[in-house]
Amino acid sequence: MNAAMIDLAPALPEVFLFVAGLVLLFLGVFRERDGLSVVNPLVVLALLVAVVLTIGADKGPVLAFDGHFVFDDFAAFLKVLIYVTAALGVMMAPAYLADARMGRFEFPLLALFATLGMGMMVSANSFLALYMGLELQSLSLYVMAAFQRDSTRASEAGLKYFVLGALASGMLLYGISLVYGFTGTLSFDLLARSFLVGEGAAALPAGAVVGLVFVIAGLAFKLSAVPFHMWTPDVYEGAPTPVTAFFAAAPKVAAMGLVLRLLFQPFGDWAGQWQQVIILVSVASMILGAFAAIGQTNIKRLMAYSAIGHVGYALVGIAAGGVAGVNAVLVYMAIYVVMTLGTFACILLMRRHGRYVEGIADLAGLSRHQPGMALILGILMFSLAGIPPAAGFFGKLYVFLAAVDAGLVWLALVGVLTSVVGAYYYLRIVKIMYFDEPAEAFDTMARPELQGIAAVAAVLVAGFLLLPGPLLSSAEAAARALLP
Amino acid sequence: MLYVLLVFSPLLGAVIAGLFGRLIGDRASQLVTCGLMGVSALASIVALVGLGEEPFKVPLFTWMAVEGFIAEWSLRIDALSVVMMFVVSCISFLIHVYSIGYMAHDASIPRFFAYLSFFTFAMLMLVTSDNLLQLYFGWEGVGVASYLLIGFWYTRPSACAAAIKAFIVNRVGDFGLALGIAATWFVFDSIQYDVIFANTAKLADTELLVFGASFDTLTLIGILLFIGAMGKSAQLGLHTWLPDAMEGPTPVSALIHAATMVTAGVFLVARFSPLYEFAPTALALVTFIGASTALFAATVGLVQNDIKRVIAYSTCSQLGYMFAAAGVGAYAAGIFHLYTHAFFKALLFLGAGSVIHAMSDEQDMRKMGGLWRKLPITYAVMWIGSLALVGFPGTAGFFSKDAIIEAAWVSPNALSGYAFWLLLLAAVLTAFYSGRLMFLTFHGDSRASREVREHVHESPPVMTVPLLILAAGAVLAGWFGLVMIAPEGEFWGGAIFTAPINTVLEEIETVPAIVKYAPLGALILGLGLAWLFYVAVPGLPDRIVAALRPVHTFLTHKWYFDELYDALFVRPAVSLGRTLWRGFDLGVIDRFGPDGVATVTLASARRAIRLQTGYVYHYAFAMLIGLVVLLSWYLFILRG
Repeated sequence: MNAAMIDLAPALPEVFLFVAGLVLLFLGVFRERDGLSVVNPLVVLALLVAVVLTIGADKGPVLAFDGHFVFDDFAAFLKVLIYVTAALGVMMAPAYLADARMGRFEFPLLALFATLGMGMMVSANSFLALYMGLELQSLSLYVMAAFQRDSTRASEAGLKYFVLGALASGMLLYGISLVYGFTGTLSFDLLARSFLVGEGAAALPAGAVVGLVFVIAGLAFKLSAVPFHMWTPDVYEGAPTPVTAFFAAAPKVAAMGLVLRLLFQPFGDWAGQWQQVIILVSVASMILGAFAAIGQTNIKRLMAYSAIGHVGYALVGIAAGGVAGVNAVLVYMAIYVVMTLGTFACILLMRRHGRYVEGIADLAGLSRHQPGMALILGILMFSLAGIPPAAGFFGKLYVFLAAVDAGLVWLALVGVLTSVVGAYYYLRIVKIMYFDEPAEAFDTMARPELQGIAAVAAVLVAGFLLLPGPLLSSAEAAARALLP
Repeated sequence: MLYVLLVFSPLLGAVIAGLFGRLIGDRASQLVTCGLMGVSALASIVALVGLGEEPFKVPLFTWMAVEGFIAEWSLRIDALSVVMMFVVSCISFLIHVYSIGYMAHDASIPRFFAYLSFFTFAMLMLVTSDNLLQLYFGWEGVGVASYLLIGFWYTRPSACAAAIKAFIVNRVGDFGLALGIAATWFVFDSIQYDVIFANTAKLADTELLVFGASFDTLTLIGILLFIGAMGKSAQLGLHTWLPDAMEGPTPVSALIHAATMVTAGVFLVARFSPLYEFAPTALALVTFIGASTALFAATVGLVQNDIKRVIAYSTCSQLGYMFAAAGVGAYAAGIFHLYTHAFFKALLFLGAGSVIHAMSDEQDMRKMGGLWRKLPITYAVMWIGSLALVGFPGTAGFFSKDAIIEAAWVSPNALSGYAFWLLLLAAVLTAFYSGRLMFLTFHGDSRASREVREHVHESPPVMTVPLLILAAGAVLAGWFGLVMIAPEGEFWGGAIFTAPINTVLEEIETVPAIVKYAPLGALILGLGLAWLFYVAVPGLPDRIVAALRPVHTFLTHKWYFDELYDALFVRPAVSLGRTLWRGFDLGVIDRFGPDGVATVTLASARRAIRLQTGYVYHYAFAMLIGLVVLLSWYLFILRG
């Protein structure tokens, strides 16, 4: 016990974030007037420091906290992605918060603690750690969703998220208890080993399988995969836009990382058992994400269905399995968060006469008033639709290739067909921006952080083809760490 | 080098005027195209004068070489191609110059000249081709140019319709030609003329099995090639496009639809004389179609009132003469007529253009009359052209046409008698409609409105000089060309092949006097009748028309060819298209394809959206049901 307590080095980024969170909390309380404007940049800074610490740490893999915590290339890849994404999400928020008269310093801190939870999630090496990280993240997110207390819409969204999230947590816990009951351990390492030895090696105990299904259901809720997606459109639409932007990016990466580690490490030898569930969820997500998005008029709601669809595509990679599959999922998620952040940065720039608007029709004729923004959003939409040479195409390509190589041709086919349907609503936005009669112009705002993020996202997405190496190689290393 | 210059300078002119016409302006475009055309014409004269060497080739480069199939680009220079180049280049040059005046008020002059020059290039490619594929290239090139020029005034619906008609009717013929080329390749393993011509004798009387039926090899190829020639040369059956093609500007009618392109078919038959000489059945068909066309077109020409249409039907009829000549074995006489005809028919068309120009674009002869005082030069050259056409002694037409009629008399061809009498009758009719044209247009009292009458003026020199040159040609071309039908055939140097038993040209010398003077009698009869009808007793035509109402209606409806084709091909094709469009495309493909998919997608989208009720308990229910479904799947299906 003593030895484990002393060896905190593998968790250094998380420890730093935790300490920073506490310090900034104090600071915020003392700076009541301009708390947000002081704390927000410091939170961004703290997250970036965590990124540096993560990159610099020894990627052993090394264990900590008595084996409940693991740090390896896989965790490092996801943590860098999560911390950067979270930092950008926090960076986008304050202007909107100030405009909506809810510029309180708690917001970035909640985001910080949620991010800390995500960091713990992807490093979890036991069900206990998994649950802790997940709840730390979820509780922070519930509050963020309901952050706009004086808006019924936002409060409703927060409440829905909380109630359904509690239900999902219940499922998760019940599943964990079943697994524990039938195997006698919560540790991933022990689980993996206990299955390999002994007489039951050929078949998992039925109770453990049921438990695993419950756990997958609980995690699918976080991923907003069908049929556990129902909260997504309402919360995306109801929550303040910066919150939605935050929801759409980092937590998805963390949940996906968690699912990957859970399925490939302790249950890696039982792929035949869980593959069917993942395929089912994946197909349902792809189809619903493609079809339900048609006919949406609110762009945030559209992005919710878009998220559902994209999670479905990523799950195709998990179903495919192997290093290629995991690699494809990681690449997909990385590209996805870039596209999502860029798009939400554009959505945050949609303000007319001092009020933020969210209708797709409000984008009409954007190319006439703000050609730059229309171009950026157009590139992002092409990428989300998966049209070459944008990055989104390659994300889908790797996933589908992995599926084909794994013999899941029909699954790849479903993915391609739903992509075609999905292309309709992404390209419709392009059409509205470029060919419809112009609506009134948006307010001209000097928001360098938003404009910068949108432009960088567009450049990354459009230029991925030119320099895909760094992302592909680091994802490859992460995938190999997960599947030694 | 001379020949490359000859063939390619029109192309250069077309490219410059076509691509940079707007940049360099109207005047420069005219100068460039006419100048380069002049170079080509000069080169053709030099080539003709320098003729006498053995036939040879000017290789350019290899087009394609695929396992035994070799197509080269090279210019075949022999007497036949040199004569054709001379006709094409010189007349084209004169018409280019004439067009400067005629098209002076047009809005898109560079485009016109670019098309004209491009046409000339394609025609030169056609006549100098050394293999069938190169011929096909030129063949299609002139077709495209013809299409573009007929539809030059594309804002007129009638011009567009005429252009499309010309193109489509020509496709029918071109299909025959393409099949002929394929058959040639199949039989000879080559499309090079040298190889084909060297082997025709061996293949005489062999048979080819097609779809279970056996055909004489050379007859089949000959007929297929002739179908191509019929389309391009507007022979009976595929002639319907030529009169409509008069929608194009008059210089176009003169160049393409009188002097050059329409004679490509005759050229093809003459070029393939080494093949046709061994295919008597095909020759009989050529004779039959040629003679029938000559008479048919002449009868229709009798009742036309549009000055250009009269000349158009006359062209059709004269082309029939040329084919008949080739058919009876007198290829040289056919080419000789082609060459003289090019001069006097271009002259007639350009003269008609001059008249139309003077009459403020009026083309109806019933509204003309008495123009000879106002348009003395045009009047004079038109008479020269008409006399040449009817074969007045001493003019160009006299030599060539008489040769054809005599050849028909002496030929051993099965249908030569048929041809002789039809051609003779057609000669009477030719004289009659030519006289009618001249008397109606230039003699008698003016029937034009006062306004038009006051504007009547002789054309500027840029138009009359080419007319005068062509008039000189219409008189003198016959004398210069007499060597072409010399019995020894030395002039052709083997370019036109005649079998040893084919002695038509020698026998011409020996025809009885009655045959020799028959065309002259036909001429006097025809012109006399025309004089009687339209000058001496002006009321006579109406009375005759009233007496022979059905005949007249039959003729004014051009033997009902257009109506027949409309009912046989156009309507069924349109209704088939409509049925496929409405029934198949809209009804099946669209309904179950794009539209169907879109409808299903939209309906699915609506249903998917309706799932999202907004009630928390619905959402929770969905999650639980989902969980149950997954568990059931697991426990009952996967684990059995």
